[in-house]
Amino acid sequence: MKLATTNNSRRLTLKIIACIKQVPDSEAKVKAEGGQVTWGDAPLVINPFDEYAVEGALLTKEAVGGTVTALCIGPESAKEALKHALAMGADEAILVSDPALENIDTVAAARVLAAAIKKIGDADMVMFGRQTLDNGSGLTAAQTARVLGLPMLGWVGQIKVQDGSVIVDRVVEEGRVTVSAKLPAVLSVVQSIGEPRYPSFMGIRKASKANIPVWTLSDLGIEAPAAVVTRIELMNPPVRETVVEMITGETPEAIAETLADKILREKVL
Amino acid sequence: MDFSLSPEHEMIKKMVRDFAQKEIAPVIKEYDRKQEPIPFTLKRMGELGILGLPFPVRYGGQGMDYLAWGLACEELEAMDTHLRVVMSVHTGLCGMTLFQWGTEEQKQKFLVPLAKGEKIGCGAFTEPGMGSDVAAMRTSAKRDGDYYILNGEKMWISLASKADLALVTVKTDSSSPKPSSALSSFIVDLHSDGVKTGEIHGKLGVRAGSTGWISFTDVKVPVENRLGEEGEGFKITMSAFDHGRYTVASGATGIIRACLEASVKYAKTRTTFGKPISEHQLIQEKIAKMSQDYEIARLLYYQVGWLKNQGKRCTRETSFAKKFATEASFNAANEAIQIHGAYGFSDEYDVERYLRNSKGAMIYEGSSEIQTLIQAGYALGERADKPLRCEAPAYDEAFWQGE
Repeated sequence: MKLATTNNSRRLTLKIIACIKQVPDSEAKVKAEGGQVTWGDAPLVINPFDEYAVEGALLTKEAVGGTVTALCIGPESAKEALKHALAMGADEAILVSDPALENIDTVAAARVLAAAIKKIGDADMVMFGRQTLDNGSGLTAAQTARVLGLPMLGWVGQIKVQDGSVIVDRVVEEGRVTVSAKLPAVLSVVQSIGEPRYPSFMGIRKASKANIPVWTLSDLGIEAPAAVVTRIELMNPPVRETVVEMITGETPEAIAETLADKILREKVL
Repeated sequence: MDFSLSPEHEMIKKMVRDFAQKEIAPVIKEYDRKQEPIPFTLKRMGELGILGLPFPVRYGGQGMDYLAWGLACEELEAMDTHLRVVMSVHTGLCGMTLFQWGTEEQKQKFLVPLAKGEKIGCGAFTEPGMGSDVAAMRTSAKRDGDYYILNGEKMWISLASKADLALVTVKTDSSSPKPSSALSSFIVDLHSDGVKTGEIHGKLGVRAGSTGWISFTDVKVPVENRLGEEGEGFKITMSAFDHGRYTVASGATGIIRACLEASVKYAKTRTTFGKPISEHQLIQEKIAKMSQDYEIARLLYYQVGWLKNQGKRCTRETSFAKKFATEASFNAANEAIQIHGAYGFSDEYDVERYLRNSKGAMIYEGSSEIQTLIQAGYALGERADKPLRCEAPAYDEAFWQGE
């Protein structure tokens, strides 16, 4: 964290890293085929939850000054997700890509991300979305914080940076909890941060011309982390037989009565 | 020959689609039913830079090329026609014509606020008694010192009551033997004394859009607001239509796509005679036709976008694109309703709105019949494009994106 003087006021210049992932579009039909997950030819997009992380990073940058680096593990195609973050306003993007990272679990992802974050260096804040749309475990942020040895603030809906600390509102089931931590810190961001901005046309121009560096495991100086969790079997949910029955009657009341009888008889309620 | 879109084009498509899906989809049925314009459409399109998408950054725009403009129109009209209409009249008829024909001073004064979305523009050509027959125009302007005095009425003007500026073509020389040299075009401040505007209600389609009339009673328009020379109004209006028709063509392509997507989705889930209707060959025929038409319409407007980027006149190709896409969109919507059966007849589904919206584009900005005559004229060698004093400039990335 550095101090910069702008317009006679002292501003922080934070180095913020937004960790993102490329996932199948939310409308994709995901199914198991031959023990593998497949989503057919559905388009791949930036994980929608990670857009909130990028938004949180950009809002923080706008509030106190600094830079936002989007970081992603994935194949070459994941550059498209990074370009989305650039088009939203991220300053730079880095892809970590290595054939050995094809089927990693969250622990392995956390180790790789931590190595990349260290290589970027001097990160003040590392942001994640609350979970990914494909695996959905929501663990990677906490695991990355653990590997980096940094405080972890989860489910963050509001961010304020003050005197070398970050003060956040955590959105929990019971309400909101305000907590603070010394920077650097890892945050996972939820929707309360605000709707992610659309890419600007200027951002699109910048992103489409961007040369995104690709780091391999050897660039990070690490071996492929062993998966802690191994997937043994993958099954589609059993197909449910549904039967549609149209209930008719003379009056709405008669229809409602027949419906209520059926609901009770079938023990739906 | 490369038919692929650049990453920049793909990102623009996605950005515009996301805007339409997130902000317009939730409310479009409500406003279409109420026959009221969505109050935030213009403001949001301005804030997001969509209104100034194809203009150079130095004129307040976003520096994108002509193809990107068409792609945005396709995405917008795939949601609802009123969104694309804004791109036709504000960005096309008014803004792009100003960009083509305006002096540097006029561009700075009028185009910059339009491109930034700070002001809204429209194009006013049609009159209560005149549409395609431009020679029958009655609205007039008489020179009086440093001003022209405008009198008359324009009708069926999209954004008439929302716009700050209008590109208006009027008769300046009632004695001219040649109708085409009797017309002149002006940028008119619609907040001037003597200007009245109003909405037209009871339209078949584009019900969430604003369509109206403008009347001019002794409206003083400064001479410096004349676009081009006196007598160039016909050429300027035809240039405006070249731009407008491109947006209409690309937008109508969006309707075809929307009909196709809705029909495929419905046909796969609706079952008759023990199987999804998508397995019935007569349904497949309709879907295949939509799919084919979408591809043709897309290629036709891509061609126009490419020609515009090259700075080549493309009145003929624009006419092909406009006529084909608008008629195909009407047919696609008609068949989409048929596929949806009784549900398609209800506004519970979008396809009836697509049909109502698609009809207008076969009438405005040169009806299908006028397009046919244009095309026949070119084919028979009776029509040729003469050089214009101000040609639409070719897309030059360095110029467009430079500050």
